[in-house]
Amino acid sequence: MDIDTPFEIGGRQFRSRLMVGTGKYAGNQQMVDAITASGAEIVTVAVRRVDLDRSREESVLHHLSADHFFLLANTAGCYTADEAVRYARLGREAGFNEFVKLEVIGDKETLLPDVAGLLEATRILVAEGFTVLAYTNDDLITALRLEEAGAAAVMPLASPIGSGLGMLNPYSIRTIKSRLSVPVVVDAGVGTASDACIVMEQGVDGILMNTALAAAEEPVAMAHAMKLATEAGRAAYLAGRMPRREVAVPSSPELGMLA
Amino acid sequence: MTEVVVTLNGEEATIPGPASLAALLEHLGLDPRAVAIEHNREIVRRAQLASTPVAAGDTIEVVHFVGGG
Repeated sequence: MDIDTPFEIGGRQFRSRLMVGTGKYAGNQQMVDAITASGAEIVTVAVRRVDLDRSREESVLHHLSADHFFLLANTAGCYTADEAVRYARLGREAGFNEFVKLEVIGDKETLLPDVAGLLEATRILVAEGFTVLAYTNDDLITALRLEEAGAAAVMPLASPIGSGLGMLNPYSIRTIKSRLSVPVVVDAGVGTASDACIVMEQGVDGILMNTALAAAEEPVAMAHAMKLATEAGRAAYLAGRMPRREVAVPSSPELGMLA
Repeated sequence: MTEVVVTLNGEEATIPGPASLAALLEHLGLDPRAVAIEHNREIVRRAQLASTPVAAGDTIEVVHFVGGG
């Protein structure tokens, strides 16, 4: 049974609502196996200097074929709009598409976004023809401004990057989803399958995770669990949950009991 | 061939030159399809690598994709 609509960002359809990162795995084979088990099509990568002392060092492209995965360059580690724009341009040149997962970080401790810098960088990159997926906090007004600035998707956090705390504010996530026209993809903070499922039950379009897979005891097995959880959460959202009641209602008939 | 001194990925480097950016990548053993190049803060498209000369004192950044979230 498939009553879902296609998952589309920037005019492009994707087969999975789960996006995954490529960082922090114990090895390249484990990364490839986990990503394959997750069923993700969109896979994020970072842009960094080539280590020229080990110039034969392989790029992540060596392990992830652009024929099978949609590589989404990020601007992780950038703290100003100028820096993020520079990394986005380099990512576009190194990569295969106009998409960028835009991060402008405002604080080293929490890795929370600098929303002023994020808006500025979004405007610049949209004007240059980029398809911007903007990593932001769970603030409705920022999300609305990002949409106005031309972001192709808005990516509010569930909780801080790498924290594994799960979704801290379902109300904010639902509000953002209900008010935006562009896709909403929750990015960062999920720790285990139930977190991902609850995120998807809010009705958001997709979810992005990295550490929840890479830091699991068994990343490949967790990737499989996250695939199921993402699908289950989406299916439950589409199915429409029963109302919450604070009283019990029997499931079995009250009639026909023995005297 | 003579040599030129440039700043390559933040470090002073002596490379064969004058030469093109394409020749520099070859010297470094890097596949141009797997990297992106900034030459004095300007991105150089792959098609222009062979026709872009490297001069003494230039600043060159060579980046690629690594694992990230």
